Order: sequence, then structure tokens, then C-alpha cells
Amino acid sequence: MKILVCISNVPDTTSKINFTEGDTKFDTNGVQFVINPNDEFGLTRAMWFKEKQGATIHVATVGGPEVEPTIRKALAIGADEAVRINAEPTDGLFVAQQLSEVIKTGAYDLIIAGRESIDYNGGMVPGMMSAILNFNFINTCIGLEIEGNTATAIREIDGGKEKISTTLPLIIGGQKGLVEESDLRIPNMRGIMTARQKKLNVLEPVEANHGTEDIKFEKPAAKGAVKLVEADNISQLIDLLHNEAKVI
Amino acid sequence: MSVLVYTESDNGKFKKNAFEAASYAHKLAEQLGTSVTAITINAPDSEVIGNYGVSKILKVTNDKLSIFNAKAFATAISQAVENEGASTIVVSSSTDTKYMASILAGALKAGYCTNVVAPPLSTNPLVVKRTAFSNKGFAHTQFKTDINIIGVSSNAYGIFENKVSPKVENFEPDLNDSDFSVQSVNIDKVVGKATIADADIVVSGGRGLKGPENWGMIEELADVLGAATACSKPVSDMGWRSHSEHVGQTGKPVASNLYIAIGISGAIQHLAGVNASKVKVVINTDPEAPFFKAADYGVVGDAFEVVPILIEKLKEFKAQNA
Repeated sequence: MKILVCISNVPDTTSKINFTEGDTKFDTNGVQFVINPNDEFGLTRAMWFKEKQGATIHVATVGGPEVEPTIRKALAIGADEAVRINAEPTDGLFVAQQLSEVIKTGAYDLIIAGRESIDYNGGMVPGMMSAILNFNFINTCIGLEIEGNTATAIREIDGGKEKISTTLPLIIGGQKGLVEESDLRIPNMRGIMTARQKKLNVLEPVEANHGTEDIKFEKPAAKGAVKLVEADNISQLIDLLHNEAKVI
Repeated sequence: MSVLVYTESDNGKFKKNAFEAASYAHKLAEQLGTSVTAITINAPDSEVIGNYGVSKILKVTNDKLSIFNAKAFATAISQAVENEGASTIVVSSSTDTKYMASILAGALKAGYCTNVVAPPLSTNPLVVKRTAFSNKGFAHTQFKTDINIIGVSSNAYGIFENKVSPKVENFEPDLNDSDFSVQSVNIDKVVGKATIADADIVVSGGRGLKGPENWGMIEELADVLGAATACSKPVSDMGWRSHSEHVGQTGKPVASNLYIAIGISGAIQHLAGVNASKVKVVINTDPEAPFFKAADYGVVGDAFEVVPILIEKLKEFKAQNA
């Protein structure tokens, strides 16, 4: 089985978010970048398929040379080979078309992406790829087993879970649940050393149109101070929620 | 030119997000000087959607679509788009609809903007405001395509009545086997209980509750309020509560009217997931807990003392206001 894990290079979950160039760009100054958490759950599940079922894992990302440390981390965790499409990942439709090209030429059986990236939160790339490629697609996937050509998956739905059956080739929009937080791997020294020798192919983007463009950013308005209620005066809290906030 | 809205239903009844999406579509159509067509799938009372400014309904009644199937629904809706010559499609942000709309966008090569929280900032070009960076910022996003899809955030724009007597047309999508190549085996869904996605109120517990055996009061509080229960990441990681209750950046997003956080310190990742809630109440023993900076109302106190009193007082309040 040949697996492609699609990776997004995103600000660490604890990052402070600021904007620059007249609020038109995300300010990367002092920001630590990581593998998008939803993608890392997928990569870790792919490692399970590699170790238990002899799969090969490639990773792909769309981005400039600055994303290479994040790709190297994926290689250090255990991916065999990487592709970087040398373009700015401006919007979902553009990224989906670029990755679809990699999938077409690479003849992958299983493509694992994250449900959404934690930076732009679009949540659309895996679904768009499935339509472009006419591949099966399961989103918000929290469990995945592959037997030959058949996939059995669990999908999170509002208020519960759905068990799903389908066939390869398959695209997954993954999230926590594919593996647990405690299954995530920190690359060891040997992994980091071998990652340096692994192939990282840089491809130029194909001709593709853009779906959207972010023309401006803003930060949420500053919040007023919290109103504190004394622990021995809980009736006041109910009064505030009813008469002031009008939420109960 | 018309605006097409997909109005989601569940077991034949419209979901709240269908009325939100229709209200948004009506506002957009007004700005564009056009009308709104809704597509409904297996919703018998489809005329109800006319209360929200929809002037035409494409009514799909099809047994094959009785269980949600993202690909088949996307195929049906894309045929409706073609049928209407629609250039803008409005959808909700439910888990099912986000799944479906990403396929629809790929099939139509449409620009798709999710998490939209306000009416369009301009219509020519079409620019919308959406949340980004896990609720730590907003983006003004301009569409670059001929067909555009707007995904409206839950509980953000609101529901507005505009009574219209809609024209109802039966619509029969042309579906084939390949639309059903991803098959539902079974659905395990809580019934009769508020879900995190739909609830107006969410009651959430954190590590401060010390153990899963102490969740009785969280459930009781949720019960009194008709709220959904949720928990912080450490709580689900330790297995005190199911993962499906985990809210935060890597868990479920919350956009309720009221979010009550009990024994949750308010790590930045947690706040990112719940910040879209309109009113936040925090109950925590530690006055330095970061959540107090993000909350509207706070009680510095021991949850084991405060919550039982809160339950009792709420019961009295509910009895008086029933």
C-alpha cells in the first residue's frame, strides 16, 4: 500500500496571532511552526500501517523553502520520502489542485490529510481533492482499518459516530481518534539523522486557479473585564445571566 | 444569478442551521438584487423554509438519500446549482454539511469560504468576513471564482423571519452507483440529548473536577439547563470522558450562546475552540486561571461547593420562570 500524507505547516498551538503589512499578512515573527495537529494524527496512523502492513509513506506539502524543517520532522518520524510543491498555499482550491497532481502521478492507494489546518481552518482540501480525482472520501475520520482493497472507518458526526465502509483509493480527512495523543511520536536522534538522507523532491506548481484570497485580517475586539460573582452569592450569577446576558 | 441555499434537515425536520443559512442567503440575495432558491432533501414540511425569505424550493424526495451520504448529496446539490444557474451557494457549518460542501466545491471548481460570521462586506467583488487562526483572528476573504460557496458559522449571523409563500418544485437528481461508493454501515447517535454542535448552552468540565466519578454534578447542571456536556483535552486524554466531548483546538468547536467552564484553567488551545461562544462563565478555585481573562462572568470558588448551589438556585429559577 502506498500512502500519501498531506501536511500543513502551521503556527504552534500556543502562538500569539498578529498581523503585519497593514493587516494583510500573518506575522510569522517569533512564531514556531509545526506539523498541523490533525495531519500529525494521520501521519502517526500511517506509521502504524507501515509497521504492521508494510506500507510506504510519502508526505506532501505546498509551501516555500521555509516549510522544509516541518517536512524533515515528518521524515524523522518515519515517512520515507517527501514532496514539496514550491508555491504559497494561498487558498484551499489552489492547494487541492496542486496536491491532486502529486496524487495522480504517484498512484497512491490512501491519502491522509487533516480535517482542517489550525491556521486558516478552511477544512476543504481533502474533499476538493476527492472531487477532482474522483476518489472516495471520508471526513472527520476517527478510526481507520484497511484490509486489501477495503476500508472500514469511523467518522465523527454531530452527536455520535458513523461506521463507514468503502474501497481504495481513498482520501481521509483525519483528526484525533485516528490515533491517541499518547501515540504521537517525538523523532529520535536516529530518525533525525536518517531524515537528512531521505529524498525531498521539490516540484514547481501546475497551472491552477484560486478560489479565494484573504485581503485583510483583523484581531478580535479586546474583551471587557470579567464580572466576578462571590461564591456565596450564586443567585447574582443567575440574575446576570438572565437579565443582563439574556442567555438563560 | 440566483442564490441557492442548502437547508439541512434531520429525520424530516429542518435543523436550526437551515434557518440560519436561509436567513443569510436572503440577506445576500437582497444585496445582490436577486432571489433565493432552497434545496431540501427529504424534508416533508419544506414550505417552512419560506418563513426565512426563500421564494423557491427544489424539493428532493428520494429513499436513497434517507441516510446522509456526502458524495450523493453533493451530486444532487451540484445539479440544483446547474438547474438554477446559481452563482452563490450558501451552506451551514454542521459536520455533515462541511463534509458535503468540500466535495461540492471541488466538483464545481468553486471558491469556498467556511466559518463566515457576518453578511458580505461587499458584493462586487464578493468579500466575506470569517474566523481564522482558530478564532484568534478574522479574515476578509474575497472570492475569485464564478461560482462561490459561503459556509455560514453556527450561531453567528442569526435567524431572521421574512415570510414568503415559496414556489415548490419537485427535483429529481440523477444519481448513479458511484455516488454511493462510500457507504454507511451504522450510526451510533445520542438521541434526545443536546449535542455540542447544536446546543444553546454547553457545560464543560476540566481537570479541576479531580476524577470521572465527580461528573454527576456536571450532568445534572447540564440537565437543568438543557445543555450539552463537554470537557477539556486533559480530561479526554486521561479517559475520564469520551473523546466526543473534547472541545478545543483539536477537539470539537463550540459556538453556543452560553459556555460554562468548570475547573478548566483556560489554556490557549482550549480557548481557541470555545471563543466563538457568546457568553462565557468560568468557575475555578484559582483566581489567576487564564480563563478569567477570556470570560464574561466568573466565580472564584471550589466547584464542589459552587456547582451544587448553582444547580439548586437554577432549579428554583426554572420553577419560577416556567
